Amino acid sequence: MLGRLRSLMARLVPGGRLEHELDEELRAHVALRADDLERTGLTRPEAERRARIEFGGHSKFKEEARAAAGGVFWETLVQDLRFATRMLRKSRSFTGVAVFTLALTIGANAVVFAALNAFILRPLNVPRAESLYSIHRAKGNSANQSYPDYLDLRDRNRSFVDIAGYDIMEAGLEAGDEPSRTWALAVTGNYFDALGIQPFHGRFFHASDEHGPDSVPYIVLSQAFWHARFHDDPGVVGRVVRVNKQPFTVLGVAPQGFNGTLLFFAPDFFVPIVDKHQLWGSKEMEQRNQRGMLFMIFGHLKPGVTPKQAAADLDAISVALEKAYPSEHQHLPLKLERPSLYGEFLGGPMRAFLTGLMLLSTLILLAACANLGSLFAARAADRSRELALRLALGAGRGRVLRQLFTEAVLVSLLGGTLGLAGSVVLLRWLASWQPFPRFPLNLPMNPDATVAVAALLLAVASGLLFGAVPVRQVLRTDPYAVIKSGPTSGVGRRLSVRDVLLVAQIAICALLVTSSFVAVRGLVRSLHSPYGFEPRGRMLASAELEMAGYRGETLLPMQRRMVDAMEAIPGVRAVGTTNCVPLSQGDVPGTYVFKQETTDLKRANAVALPLQMVISPDYFRAAGVRLLLGRAFSWHDDKDAPQVAVVNQELARQLFGSEARALGGIFKQRDGTPTQVVGIVENGKYEHLTESTQPALYLPVMQTPASMTWVVVDSDLPPVDVAAAMRGRLRELDPGLPAFIQSWTGAMGLSLFPSRVAAVALGVLGAIAALLSLTGVFGLAAYAVSRRLKELGIRIALGASRREILQATLSRPFQLLALGSVAGLVLGVLASTVLSAVVYQATPRDPLVLAGVVVVMLLLGLLATWIPAQRALSADPLALLREE
Amino acid sequence: MPGEAQLLQGTLDLLILKAVSLGRLHGYGILLRIGQISGQALLVEQGALYPALFRLVRQGLLKATWGTSENNRRAKFYELTASGRSRLREETAGWNRLATAIASVLAAQPGEA
Repeated sequence: MLGRLRSLMARLVPGGRLEHELDEELRAHVALRADDLERTGLTRPEAERRARIEFGGHSKFKEEARAAAGGVFWETLVQDLRFATRMLRKSRSFTGVAVFTLALTIGANAVVFAALNAFILRPLNVPRAESLYSIHRAKGNSANQSYPDYLDLRDRNRSFVDIAGYDIMEAGLEAGDEPSRTWALAVTGNYFDALGIQPFHGRFFHASDEHGPDSVPYIVLSQAFWHARFHDDPGVVGRVVRVNKQPFTVLGVAPQGFNGTLLFFAPDFFVPIVDKHQLWGSKEMEQRNQRGMLFMIFGHLKPGVTPKQAAADLDAISVALEKAYPSEHQHLPLKLERPSLYGEFLGGPMRAFLTGLMLLSTLILLAACANLGSLFAARAADRSRELALRLALGAGRGRVLRQLFTEAVLVSLLGGTLGLAGSVVLLRWLASWQPFPRFPLNLPMNPDATVAVAALLLAVASGLLFGAVPVRQVLRTDPYAVIKSGPTSGVGRRLSVRDVLLVAQIAICALLVTSSFVAVRGLVRSLHSPYGFEPRGRMLASAELEMAGYRGETLLPMQRRMVDAMEAIPGVRAVGTTNCVPLSQGDVPGTYVFKQETTDLKRANAVALPLQMVISPDYFRAAGVRLLLGRAFSWHDDKDAPQVAVVNQELARQLFGSEARALGGIFKQRDGTPTQVVGIVENGKYEHLTESTQPALYLPVMQTPASMTWVVVDSDLPPVDVAAAMRGRLRELDPGLPAFIQSWTGAMGLSLFPSRVAAVALGVLGAIAALLSLTGVFGLAAYAVSRRLKELGIRIALGASRREILQATLSRPFQLLALGSVAGLVLGVLASTVLSAVVYQATPRDPLVLAGVVVVMLLLGLLATWIPAQRALSADPLALLREE
Repeated sequence: MPGEAQLLQGTLDLLILKAVSLGRLHGYGILLRIGQISGQALLVEQGALYPALFRLVRQGLLKATWGTSENNRRAKFYELTASGRSRLREETAGWNRLATAIASVLAAQPGEA
């Protein structure tokens, strides 16, 4: 017995230096005592035995001595870790389940946290980002400014150190090879200096380089573009490349990770905005009423100036400008926001959504902890003999708990590390993800140290959390009772804490299932909602004609040739052009219009602010826009014919009060040109799926020239064939024309992107939560059955029906399931208000969603209780009685 | 329980310090010495001695070295350090004050107060 005890002891507490000394000292003590006893006439073995018995509980005193000696923290830790590893290796399936659960949930948390960190928490990658603000209109969030207004705001304010601005442009770039389409930021001369960043190579341009329009023939490359296009060649500095056919000198390379001030978007190079005329034929430089010149302006606030004070300062300048230029500048109150997500416009919904997602994934982690907690409690119950033995041998309860916690934290760290590794792979992939061929999407979600630390902290915290579940159980353990009567009696008769955990877990699952259903339904509905045009079966070819050298008189003939060439493709039904395709590239340029009788043409007197699209005669047919009244344009609506326009229902109502009165009505364009309405088309979506009804104005491309040309081709042919034919025809027309061909539904990817991301993210989290609930309910049901197996067997023997048996075992799990599901469903419906900001047409008041959630939860319940139910039904009374 | 343990612990420490102050001793020797000088009135539980010894070593009141016992067994010997000696003085004085006080309380007769 003593030998077995000692070997067990050796197993429980392997030696260290201190351990060894302590052992030796105690051995010496017993030997000295035995020597004395021997002198009283006992035999040596008898003396040793007596000495040992006199000494008493070896392990208890050793424990106390170790604690008294202090400084044994690490030794104890190493011991505990060794023991924990051995225990975990012994029960592989338990360890596997625990590690897998944690890897999944901590991985999900790490990914969500990385997104939150990248878009919301981490400041912009520029010096002193905390004082950097962009200037937005208080109403509607738009940030664009005309160039003269920008100059006045920049020079007359007293709140900013400096104000810089930029516009997003597409450009063709040639570096001794084929022209390629690139994305440029047209920036003000002070851009880099205002941000306070330094070049990686070469130099930047400065405000002092600007000497009026088209005076700075320099570009600065972004580091990623320098890497991809010029293979990190430092010799590129000083080289001359052609931007939209114009010679420009590469001046330098921007530092690593600097992609302008707008997250999501990574430009290929930076070009001075004063060259906008030379490069894009823009005539907006001097026009105060052309707000499209600058996409956004921003600057660092001077120390001590609050955003509110600065906005008041800018407002005062704007009021003065309105006085000085009443017909060109209309004062609209301004506010200061963060430039990285276009102020609150994207920042608000993003923050709400990501915070919500973080909350949900934390809840999932909690659910996993609840699961693992019950698992650990069950395991502690299984191990109660071992634990009781250790307690009986004098190990302190604290020591035993510490051992259990070490196991829990070890498991959670294993899971956390695995989850983190998985999330790193996923995030790397996301960071380089380019779902839109036309838009340089930039998701700066590379996992950094913050993400790693957060994930590991979460791992340790959850380890401590689920490790704490069996604590009460261990503290209550009465070693003698357990050893005498076996583990089943006394331990965990009431499961109330676990029940609560399970209900919470099911509620979280139901919440997520509801949210993902709402998101997916919203997505499906927005894919089939009336856009006011028909993207299906339509191909788009886009080209910036001025970029390819077509200007003034050559522009329209080229567009007409493009239309003719497309129409000649067999199987094509209709072809039209537009300068701007709805729901494909974000902003549609706006304008303002006046009533016929208005003479003071200032913005404040405008009757409507419609979006303006410049189209060819057959555009409506090609794009599937329904013409409700009047006629479409014809090629005869040219420069020599009277100015005509087609309006949508909303603009007709705003201009003339009703659609019927609008037909044939005359209004004035922004420049005062009287224009007659010849047709009315249906309303549609133009910029975003979530926008409210907007007025739209269509002008014939024959009367209003437009360089940007989207050719819309409607056909029955397979998209690949049409695309090939279109490419061929365009090459025949002009081999040097950089054109891009895609399907309209593909081009709409950007508009649907938020909905898709939301649906996928919620779907994945929902699946994880469902998995956790499944195992949770399964665990509960299986436990309930195994505890009552004997009773069930007797009942079956006495003739209980299957229904009664099932009722007896599964009513509890199903009650909990129902309770949790209802709670989750209610929470999900409440949470969906947040979703509706991100996902178009997301509403929980949808019978299909509610029914779907109920069905899913029911299926989960059935699935989880299937095996335990089978086991309960097949309980064999004879076998069970024999086991006793 | 805690109060009693506290008292016992403090007392045990004092006894150990006193025993060791009379000469370098190993653990078993300390037990024998305490039994001997108290006329076997005070018997310390054998295992309880070691936690106390470790604690005193950690507090720097005792110094431990390995050596050989009179019957040729390797054992750990304890002796007082300088601070152990001054602690013993303080504790002895404290104990005497306490003992005197308690003795006078217990000696009180009715009507004296």
